[in-house]
Amino acid sequence: MEPKRAKQRLDPLTQGLLWVGFLTLAAGLFFALKAPPDVQQGYLVRILYLHVAAAWTGYLAFIVAGVYALLYLVREDPRFDRLSAASAEIGLWLSLLMVLGGMMWARPTWGVYWVWEPRLTSVAVMVAIYAAYFLLRQAIEDPEMRAKAAAGVAILGVINIPITYMSVYWWRSIHQTASIDIINRRVNMAPEMVTALLVNLLAFTLIYLGFLRLKGMLAEMGAREEEQSG
Amino acid sequence: MRWKYFVGFLIILGAIGYLVWGGLGKNLVYFITPSEYKANEGKYAGKRIRLGGLVKPGSVRYDPNTLELRFVITDGLAEVPVFHRGTPPALFKENQGVVVEGKFEGETFYGDNLLVKHSETYQAPKEGYTPEDVRRLIEEAK
Repeated sequence: MEPKRAKQRLDPLTQGLLWVGFLTLAAGLFFALKAPPDVQQGYLVRILYLHVAAAWTGYLAFIVAGVYALLYLVREDPRFDRLSAASAEIGLWLSLLMVLGGMMWARPTWGVYWVWEPRLTSVAVMVAIYAAYFLLRQAIEDPEMRAKAAAGVAILGVINIPITYMSVYWWRSIHQTASIDIINRRVNMAPEMVTALLVNLLAFTLIYLGFLRLKGMLAEMGAREEEQSG
Repeated sequence: MRWKYFVGFLIILGAIGYLVWGGLGKNLVYFITPSEYKANEGKYAGKRIRLGGLVKPGSVRYDPNTLELRFVITDGLAEVPVFHRGTPPALFKENQGVVVEGKFEGETFYGDNLLVKHSETYQAPKEGYTPEDVRRLIEEAK
């Protein structure tokens, strides 16, 4: 007999996050296309709205994955392990999007798709850490062992986030420093560009939160089925 | 334990180790400036290095037929003549930050890879100003 599966609908909060998130993304596209070109690089600057929004939400996703991992180790509730993995996965996709956008941007401006300079190297380390995270999850079959080992990687992975962010300040790199410069409290962008970036950043954040809840829910259903069949 | 995945995990772990201790350690000083080179010429003689600085105004000579590009790289204190064969990236111009990979041969730095640094400042072109004027305004405002 097929295991009884309750018909599940997305809860209103998840639905709301995704709907508002995608509508905000449409608005973000509008603002990005309306924003003026840059004096130096013309319309190429528009890659920034995608690149920076993906970078920031990627960092956020990895930090959240670390926080849930810590919660799992304290409470040993498998729910936190599922949310940690969900957040790490979305973070990995966002980081790959950020790298892809960055490469598209680097070729016409710097002259190359990729160089092993401090920012790009620390980003490569970041992506590799979370790729390793998912291989480790695949490798360990015992759910409790898997959750504990994964939590360790997720927590250690967070150490690399501030290093990646600060790399352009600490070391000489070809990557420019942040345009919305938190460290020096300065915004080095035309106001219309700041609006476009912030709208896209909001959209990415809402969509991330929506997907986090959705993926958490799917993982819970998967775990329940595994229990019933096993 | 599914060993296939665990081997993959170990391979990536090794790659991270290599990046951190082999790659990143070497790249922490991603480029040296002309005055750093002048202060320690012996150390860099005959070695592949990356030289970073600004393109000195008035020094750029580019021959589109032979693709021979000559310019002077400066950090305000020291200057180095650079020779590079190839079309410069679109953002290459006077006063722009550049990083050149290559080797010294005598006094001249022979670059085989030319990278252009761009600033983190993005500004809309203003009416009545040429882009060049705006760029100068931005530079002065820093």
